[in-house]
Amino acid sequence: MALLEIRDVTRRFSDFVAVDHVNIAIEAGEFFTLLGPSGCGKTTLLRMIAGFDLPDEGQILLDGRDLAATPPEKRPVHTVFQSYALFPHMTVAQNIAFPLKMAGKSPARIRDRVDEALADVRLSEKSGQYPHELSGGQKQRVALARGLVNRPRLLLLDEPLGALDAKLREDMQLELIELQKEIGVTFVFVTHAQNEALALSHRIAVMNRGRVEQIDEPSKLYGFPKNRFVADFIGKANLFDARVIDSAGGRLRLEVPGLGDVEAPARADGGVGAGDRGVLSLRPEQVRIAPPGHAEQLRNHFPGKVHDFLYIGDVTVYIVELVNGTRVEALLPNSAPGRAKFFEPGDPVEVAWRDDVGHFLHE
Amino acid sequence: MSDARPAQVAAAAPRDAARPFAAVQRTRRNVVKWIVTAPPFLFLLVFFLLPSLIMVLASFRYPGEYGGLAPLGAATHPGADHGLTVETYQFFFSSFIYTEIFIKSFIVALATTLICLVMAYPLAILIARSPRRHRDLMVLLVILPFASNFLIRVYAWMIILGPQSAFSHFVNSVLGVFGAGPVTMLFSPFAVLCGMVYVHLPFMVLPLYTNLEKHDPVLLDAAQDLGAGGWQRFWRVTFPLSLPGIFSGAALVFIPVLGIFVIPDILGGTRDILIGNLIENQFLTTRDWPFGSTLSIMLTLCVLATAGFAAWLARVGARRA
Repeated sequence: MALLEIRDVTRRFSDFVAVDHVNIAIEAGEFFTLLGPSGCGKTTLLRMIAGFDLPDEGQILLDGRDLAATPPEKRPVHTVFQSYALFPHMTVAQNIAFPLKMAGKSPARIRDRVDEALADVRLSEKSGQYPHELSGGQKQRVALARGLVNRPRLLLLDEPLGALDAKLREDMQLELIELQKEIGVTFVFVTHAQNEALALSHRIAVMNRGRVEQIDEPSKLYGFPKNRFVADFIGKANLFDARVIDSAGGRLRLEVPGLGDVEAPARADGGVGAGDRGVLSLRPEQVRIAPPGHAEQLRNHFPGKVHDFLYIGDVTVYIVELVNGTRVEALLPNSAPGRAKFFEPGDPVEVAWRDDVGHFLHE
Repeated sequence: MSDARPAQVAAAAPRDAARPFAAVQRTRRNVVKWIVTAPPFLFLLVFFLLPSLIMVLASFRYPGEYGGLAPLGAATHPGADHGLTVETYQFFFSSFIYTEIFIKSFIVALATTLICLVMAYPLAILIARSPRRHRDLMVLLVILPFASNFLIRVYAWMIILGPQSAFSHFVNSVLGVFGAGPVTMLFSPFAVLCGMVYVHLPFMVLPLYTNLEKHDPVLLDAAQDLGAGGWQRFWRVTFPLSLPGIFSGAALVFIPVLGIFVIPDILGGTRDILIGNLIENQFLTTRDWPFGSTLSIMLTLCVLATAGFAAWLARVGARRA
């Protein structure tokens, strides 16, 4: 049985459907992420799990018991808020002791657990300080320790890394993974940052307009997006409108209007037949870029013109305009020292990709 | 000032030399600062500090034969040097009457402050948690009584509590049911307290509201999320965070109530005399200015001691919270 089961949950605000018939099952010990653009309903869903909001339809079950009648303070579910919500009039130790005090633990036991929690997040020497004396990363760790100290069944994290700068965010991501592994509490993480979701989660639910588009492991989500939205939202994707001409021998032959024939691998789940319409999704790192006439060995190759490029550091992203006007993104690693630029805007080039990459999606 | 930070000055000097405009700008800024702050500074100096010092001096002088102050170095009191004495202070402590009035005034001020706090807190929370567009209107309603004259409002209480009022009839008929005799509410400590609370309630509501409005509502969510029920959320989050508001509200009520004389004059009986009335009598009726000054200084010292005690209490409380 799943630890948390969200069963056909719907939440409406007047005529706006924030959460629309959502079904999710989260297993014990999982690091589960709700991912989606702002306004997709992920925060509303989180608030319903915490108990600050109730579903209009459907049920939320924890260990098989419906939570509807349980107020937030009685749920074995704690939240790490986006703004941390540390109590400004309490020291770090008092903040962490708060849930233990509320649970009526004895002072001696509270002291032990607080010391342990402080050690877990490496803040033992800050125990007597007040939140305003801490840095963003330290506040974050206090909020985590406070949420975890009395071992809830579920820890909800509402974009907890949003307020940190990029470098610190990366460090905190690693710490989060470590902490979750060590303590074993189930995490439900909410974010709009797809790279964060991919890096942290065991499984991700991609949400859009109140609906769950796909629930999968990060690599599956990235490699085999179920639809156009997921393909576009997770990572970068080059999307070509395409029509299936033939689907035999584990290969799809597609016709891309204005470009010509493209070969792509058949989907593992099959279900694609001649005449189907959809989109071909290609990751930028799957697209090669070469001077004209240097890509003939690959099945799919098309001439184009460099439109622009972005130098990112480890890679350069080239935007190539194909003959039919489609713009394709291609990554070129900058591993050769001193080579930051291979092509200039306006250069004629050839883009190409192997016939075993790409992912066909039904519209 | 400048030699306290020699390193900074040394570093700044050559830079200013290189950029003469910066030095000019700095001087101009200083001049502007003085022009802006001088009037209130002078005002307080002339109309607050100097009179206070004059009063301190007055408290050590002899009363004049026909009221006021005896001239300095007067021969009317042989043996007195320069006409200065501590007689008035000795007189203050010679009889328990004055200390008693002080204690009574403190009790009235304390009771008024507590009643105001208990009444104002729910109201302030209600306003602070109302939709933003309603708050201004509610604050306006709280300060609306200030729009009418203070004396009229106090006299209104005289009518409300008077023996012929509907309120008195109601209270006495209720008491009659239980066999208790009719009571006169006017000219009693109860009436004084009613007037005090009524007049000073807004001074408690406003600082409390200003404080509560700034509380981040997510803190209450966090407390609830971590297992705190309604009372726990109030006692452990809202209340401790509102302490600065409580202290400023208490100061705004306690200190004026301690010195006020109009309300006990109008609503109190002859035995409900408070410090304010005592001081008023010394200046206007008895015309004993030195003793009036002494009482006034004793009052100031008491207020300062109370404020110091409250500050100490707040600091200790903050450390232990």
